Amino acid sequence: MKNVAQRAYFGKALADLGGKDAEIVVLDADLGSSTKTSDFAKSYPERFFQCGIAEQNMIGTAAGLAVSGKKVFASTFAVFATGRCWDQIRQSVAYPDLNVKIVATHCGISVGGDGASHQALEDVSLMRSLPNMTVICPADANEAYKATMAMAEHDGPCYMRMGRADFPVITGEEDVFIIGKATVLKKGKDVTLVGSGQMVSVCLEAAEMLKEDGVSAEVINMSTVKPLDADTLLESADRTRCVVTAEEHSIIGGLGSAVAECLSENDNQPLSRVGVRDSFGESGEPEELMIKYGLTKEDIVFAARKVIDRKRKKKGFLWRK
Amino acid sequence: MDFDFLKERARTIRRHVIDMTCAAGSGHPGGSLSATEILCTLYFHVMKHDPEAPQWKKRDRFVLSKGHVAPGLYAVLAESGYFPVEELRTLRELGSRLQGHPSYGKLPGIEMSTGSLGQGISIANGMALAAKLDSSDHRIYCLCGDGELQSGQNWEAAMLAAHYKLDNITVFVDRNKLQIMGDTEDVLSIEPLADKWTAFGWNVLEIDGHDFAAIIKACEDAKRFRGRPTVVIANTVKGRGVSFMENNADFHGKCCNPEQKEKAMCELEECL
Repeated sequence: MKNVAQRAYFGKALADLGGKDAEIVVLDADLGSSTKTSDFAKSYPERFFQCGIAEQNMIGTAAGLAVSGKKVFASTFAVFATGRCWDQIRQSVAYPDLNVKIVATHCGISVGGDGASHQALEDVSLMRSLPNMTVICPADANEAYKATMAMAEHDGPCYMRMGRADFPVITGEEDVFIIGKATVLKKGKDVTLVGSGQMVSVCLEAAEMLKEDGVSAEVINMSTVKPLDADTLLESADRTRCVVTAEEHSIIGGLGSAVAECLSENDNQPLSRVGVRDSFGESGEPEELMIKYGLTKEDIVFAARKVIDRKRKKKGFLWRK
Repeated sequence: MDFDFLKERARTIRRHVIDMTCAAGSGHPGGSLSATEILCTLYFHVMKHDPEAPQWKKRDRFVLSKGHVAPGLYAVLAESGYFPVEELRTLRELGSRLQGHPSYGKLPGIEMSTGSLGQGISIANGMALAAKLDSSDHRIYCLCGDGELQSGQNWEAAMLAAHYKLDNITVFVDRNKLQIMGDTEDVLSIEPLADKWTAFGWNVLEIDGHDFAAIIKACEDAKRFRGRPTVVIANTVKGRGVSFMENNADFHGKCCNPEQKEKAMCELEECL
């Protein structure tokens, strides 16, 4: 498995889109060399607008372009893209339901050395609560490419989050990506592991560890967090009877919350959430931070064992009745 | 030029503003009355637009950055023929297309959802860039409040418009000098306003915002001016046309009671 940065493939996808569709316009807030919108800028400078360190205006400008018929990608780091501009996204993008694609890089704790100010752990929560908004967390670089292409075809506002670091590539180039459709990467019967972003690959590793203990784990790549693919989730949860979510995000408001909402309004299978537990991050090496903040395969295995225990107890309770 | 037509229109718009805010029991009459001449001049004289084809690609665009002036905008849209005048009285009712603040996609003629202040010039920037990309010579008009300029996003937007030489933008500042909590200069001073816009690289014009000839001339000057966006600081009177509402911040976001309404409608029969 080779490691590749998602943003590199996002940049490539944008440049490819630019050649296919003359209505694609890209906006940057002085971070194009990091977010990789610079590839598009080189090929299509007339449709690339540098907005400077002024993200709120960038979002409004994106909305003005979109309402004039353009397909607009606006890109910066996730903390700025979602936090600083939330009102602008709400008022000028989501409410009028415009074709603006907000693509954020540097999500999660694995940003590393920059520390808490730059580690977005709330962005999915902020975007998920907005009506009309689609939220995509691609599992790897291949999905980042395909999701970028899919967003260009999708009519309406989208938010896509990507990490900074190189992540394992776990999906094939030929695999199909559809917005709103989860994929079952590994079948299992004892527990369902639902991951988003780079935590999908960590879920696969955790499934291997569980297998050694004789536990059969199903792994779902929930790359669209909104709209959540409830059919795939519930079909799996119905068989395994317990679920673990894993995300590089706060457990409040992100994938874990979305899955909890879905489960509790249905058969309410036991759930355990792996994610950052209501705290800010800090500086450090990505690997050190993933350990300190509980985002490793061992954390997922631990959560799986706990939730399987709860399932058994629940069953026992039902039998006693 | 004879302005009787525009004067008559302005009187009609003001009567609609009073009538519809009273029917709704709430709304923002003060700023609608101060911006009436600007709205009338744009919609009934300056802008290229077609109520029969609201999505005509080459139409001039209007962005109401001060979205709370929706009653004034709805009145000029209805009188232009975008929707029946009778619908004005549904303002703020459940299910109405006339939301408390403009909502894009509901009502023909509304170019953008606004209401959260400080965002309109950014929208105009995007529209202006799109016009340049499409080599279309249509213009983008934006109406801002003066208190609204306290919001930082306006100045981000001002920088971008000047940087990209968006000379297809004309921003009107409805300089009525009042915001909810009182005089703009007491709340958070925005002066020297013309100097600020000049420093940001804009072509700055200052006019009497109730003078039709001055508004038309400013629009023509802006259209001829190349290489820089234009801002028109339009000095106005909040609540203009109704004696007890003039220069009265209380009517920023409050409608008349029945007695006040009767008096206002009487004054508007005769005024201007």
